[in-house]
Amino acid sequence: MKKLRLPSKWHLVLLPMSVVTVLPFVWMILSSVMTQGELNRFPPPFWPEGIDLGGYRTVLNGSNFPRWFLNSVIVSGAIVLAQLALCSLAGYAFARIRFVGSRITLVLVIATALIPFQLTVIPTFLIFNKVGLTDTLGALIVPQLSSAVGIFLMTSFFQSFPRELEEAARIDGCSRFAVFFKVVLPVARPALAALAVITFITAWNDLFWPVVVINSDANYTVQVGLTSFQGQHRADWPAIMAGTVLTTLPVLAVFLFGQRRFVQALTGAVKG
Amino acid sequence: MNSTAPALSQAAAGHRQPRDRRKLADNVAGWSFAGPASLIILGFSLIPMVWALALSFTDSDLQSPGQNVGLANYRALVADPVFFQALRNTGLLVVLYIPASLIAGLLVAVLLNRKVRGIGFYRTCFLVPYIASATSAGLLMGYIFDRDFGMMNGLLVKLGLPMQGLLSSPSQAMYVLTLIFFWTRFGFAVVIYLAAIQEINKEILEAASIDGASRWTTFRHIIVPSVRPMTVFLTVWGVIDALQFFDLVMTTTKGGPANATVTIVYYIWQLAFTYFTAGYGAAVAYVLFVGTLVLIVAGFLIARRKGVMA
Repeated sequence: MKKLRLPSKWHLVLLPMSVVTVLPFVWMILSSVMTQGELNRFPPPFWPEGIDLGGYRTVLNGSNFPRWFLNSVIVSGAIVLAQLALCSLAGYAFARIRFVGSRITLVLVIATALIPFQLTVIPTFLIFNKVGLTDTLGALIVPQLSSAVGIFLMTSFFQSFPRELEEAARIDGCSRFAVFFKVVLPVARPALAALAVITFITAWNDLFWPVVVINSDANYTVQVGLTSFQGQHRADWPAIMAGTVLTTLPVLAVFLFGQRRFVQALTGAVKG
Repeated sequence: MNSTAPALSQAAAGHRQPRDRRKLADNVAGWSFAGPASLIILGFSLIPMVWALALSFTDSDLQSPGQNVGLANYRALVADPVFFQALRNTGLLVVLYIPASLIAGLLVAVLLNRKVRGIGFYRTCFLVPYIASATSAGLLMGYIFDRDFGMMNGLLVKLGLPMQGLLSSPSQAMYVLTLIFFWTRFGFAVVIYLAAIQEINKEILEAASIDGASRWTTFRHIIVPSVRPMTVFLTVWGVIDALQFFDLVMTTTKGGPANATVTIVYYIWQLAFTYFTAGYGAAVAYVLFVGTLVLIVAGFLIARRKGVMA
């Protein structure tokens, strides 16, 4: 008979820690299906007595939540696509092509990661105000079309990638663009996936810039909408928790699906 | 900066051509590949950066251009009690959060760096608060730490302990927010440290255990020194992250009670976008920016002196 391996005793430390870490999220889901009566009790119950979808009905029918959700999908989707295209092109150029000013541009771009957004937010708002684009989804997308982190990730990916394939294609007479689209992009898929995951999570979760630049309810992203929903339904905890669940689900899904890539992107960006 | 906005000329990219034509082709290709992405980033950071400095010398209200007021904003700042309160609150966050996240992150990473089953499960658990939005985390924790309805006070009552003011208490709110911030962020430190520990040469660790080194000795003399670059990175990153603390304040206390949780960025937002004193807000933002740079540069110099960054 095979020797039975006992589970490591370190589980005794790790398990309680991880439970404490995720417990709030478990309870977020449980409380979203409770009734207002249950949640206004003190102390609040941990397990729901039954499954009540009143909270979900309030948030979906009694507010603009579906619209906010759609706005967030549009904005995050556009940002992800733009960054995949622009950052991979830029990363490839910085890693492979010798052109005037490439070094200094790359250094400047990466240095901008140290400029905090609160420093640039007021003038950025004034720029959009001047061109009349405040309170539009475009104002949410345009500043995020490209990112220093994205360029950095893609540049270091292409630097660590062997050039032989491209050179063979170049000798066969392919243009730079043809090489990029036919040879380079297909092999860059893991890096692109990592960039997509990290960009989506960042874009979906953003609160500061949307709070600043969006005024009307119809243009809220899901984060801003949820914050304002909470302000208007102070005591309706099941509805607030239902909204929180719906807001968290997309990032949770993307994270669970692309966790390996996400962790690679985080650690890759650091090691670079 | 080179601003030759190049047309997408593919004809120049053949393989048998004189050297300078090839160089030109490389410049055209390079700039048409890298130009758009770089220009967007630099345009949305360098221009606003200079503009913000100019704004900080005006009384701009976001709508009219504003009059030049010289150093009046900076002078007002020195006498502004809310600014100093925001500075204290943010400072408290940094001082508590950085060591806590480094220690917890490293310990959990060391525990995870074993042949335990379910390492993926644990890593997922620790990262979930990190990927959830600050809005979700804020609303959820705002409820759990609510004075009158929250789970936390419910737990205290069940344990026979006195109920606490938590987020409604001026003396406790900032500590509770720090705890929430820590909860959302320390998974990042775990992941970074774990990746670094996994890179440590296995032979060194084996040699240490053959030589009879205790767990503590191994930790103290092998693991801690070899992850030091990550510690430096996490410290710098953590300081930047903590100084920008905004979202959780917005979704829990809104700076209250009695300004007890106003952080610098929350104050900048209030100044510029709710009180419409954008010039003054820009001055506060600049002071924070320069202060951060000084902190980081000083940190690097100290680290280098101690030979950490060799």
